[in-house]
Amino acid sequence: MNEVVITRHNNLIDPTLSIWGWEIPVYLFLGGLVGGMMLISGYFILTGRTKNTLCSCYRIPIIGIFAISLGMFLLFLDLEHKLYVWNLYLNFMWKSPMSWGAWILIIIYPILLLNITLRLPENVGIKLPKLNEISLKIQRNPFITKLIGALSMVFGGLLGAYTAILLSNFSARPAWNSPMLWTLFITSGLSSAAALVHLVGKDPEERHLLAKADNGFLIAEIIIIILMIIGFVSSSQVHIDAARLILSGPFAASFWVFVVFIGIIIPFIIQIFSVNNKIPHTNIAPIMVLFGGLILRFIVVYAGQYSQWPRNVFINF
Amino acid sequence: MARYAMVIDTTKCVGCMDCVVACKTENNVPEGFNRDWITYETIGKFPTLHMEIRSERCNHCDNPPCVYTCPTGASHISDIGGIVLVDYQKCIGCKACIAACPYDARFVHPDGYVSKCTFCEHRIVQGLDPACVASCPTHCMYFGDLEDPNSEVKKLLNSRKYRVLNPETGTKPQIYYLI
Repeated sequence: MNEVVITRHNNLIDPTLSIWGWEIPVYLFLGGLVGGMMLISGYFILTGRTKNTLCSCYRIPIIGIFAISLGMFLLFLDLEHKLYVWNLYLNFMWKSPMSWGAWILIIIYPILLLNITLRLPENVGIKLPKLNEISLKIQRNPFITKLIGALSMVFGGLLGAYTAILLSNFSARPAWNSPMLWTLFITSGLSSAAALVHLVGKDPEERHLLAKADNGFLIAEIIIIILMIIGFVSSSQVHIDAARLILSGPFAASFWVFVVFIGIIIPFIIQIFSVNNKIPHTNIAPIMVLFGGLILRFIVVYAGQYSQWPRNVFINF
Repeated sequence: MARYAMVIDTTKCVGCMDCVVACKTENNVPEGFNRDWITYETIGKFPTLHMEIRSERCNHCDNPPCVYTCPTGASHISDIGGIVLVDYQKCIGCKACIAACPYDARFVHPDGYVSKCTFCEHRIVQGLDPACVASCPTHCMYFGDLEDPNSEVKKLLNSRKYRVLNPETGTKPQIYYLI
């Protein structure tokens, strides 16, 4: 027997950490989604798809601005000392992933706005003729266009990766403490972004391409999940215990049902048929992918808080 | 430069919780929260059971993950003996430091900022011991400067067996438990 009883009962700390509620997983999902969308948009711009007026790269930044703003609002909602939020932008703490994230989120806005100016929505162009002029100048300059594409890809990647590095940095929470987590989040972000762009895209060829790409991301995601689990179970006892949370513990059912089957395997099978023209493209697969991506963030955030270093340290008996 | 640390003799601690009450009173810790607490650990198989009782709190680590993860610099290492403090005016309540602490020593104060043990900084600048140390009826707690070879804490660590909590986390905690 090794029994530990502690007299502490701090709110949100005991019996298990529960400091972050629904706001953080939704924010992480939106951050990953926008990061993935910026990567896709940047790729489309760099590969010359801007000639196609139906290109999703014109719609992605508009959706992205709204999504990241909602994410930042949720982040603000989660803060306990809200009136002091401006302190976040008075310092840059280079060792703190959250500080990096705060500044990345600020840099994302001008890049998304530049991306929007590649082709302004018609009514905006009419109402703001000067902005329309700038937009036309950018369109005529291939260097600036490519630069916007490159910036979009770089900062989209940084945004997607940061959302996981923020968590994996916490060595006190073994379930987060995996070097694979950022690759999982960035792949899941790309997969969710491909699914969303597939949903809202107008060009059938592009939708077909995104469904194909999404299948690739889904395969990558499942491989990363397997590698992550192998990494955990072959590590120290606290990491083995962390893996148990999703293998047989309280998060196992929701992880395997919602993330793996509904979020990855079933949409992958549907999209295999649709990209091979056996069935028409359907919205159900991308919706499932988006749902799986969201639930993944919930499970990762909650499982991480659930996992901890042992309190039983009596080793001299 | 001084390096303040606490040494707790687990062979003397009886778990009376005087340190907990003293801390709550001295620091006006809100109801339902604790900056320090008692841990009872029992190991073995009846009838050969062994029990350790220890008073725990923020470990004022030399390598504090809470400080490194703080995005605003609110959590910082103080010039006063290297103790870890929170500047309430800088804290935004993001709770990253709480997630980063392997000892779960921090909590969100009802006023919104993160709070934790300060080693009673206001007392030590006056040359007094922290309230928990001063109130311990079994005198199982010692506070002092590890850089001073004549300090009681340094002498105890030189002469007695000790350990720290979760050294494998690499935080270099500065609360030492005599065994």
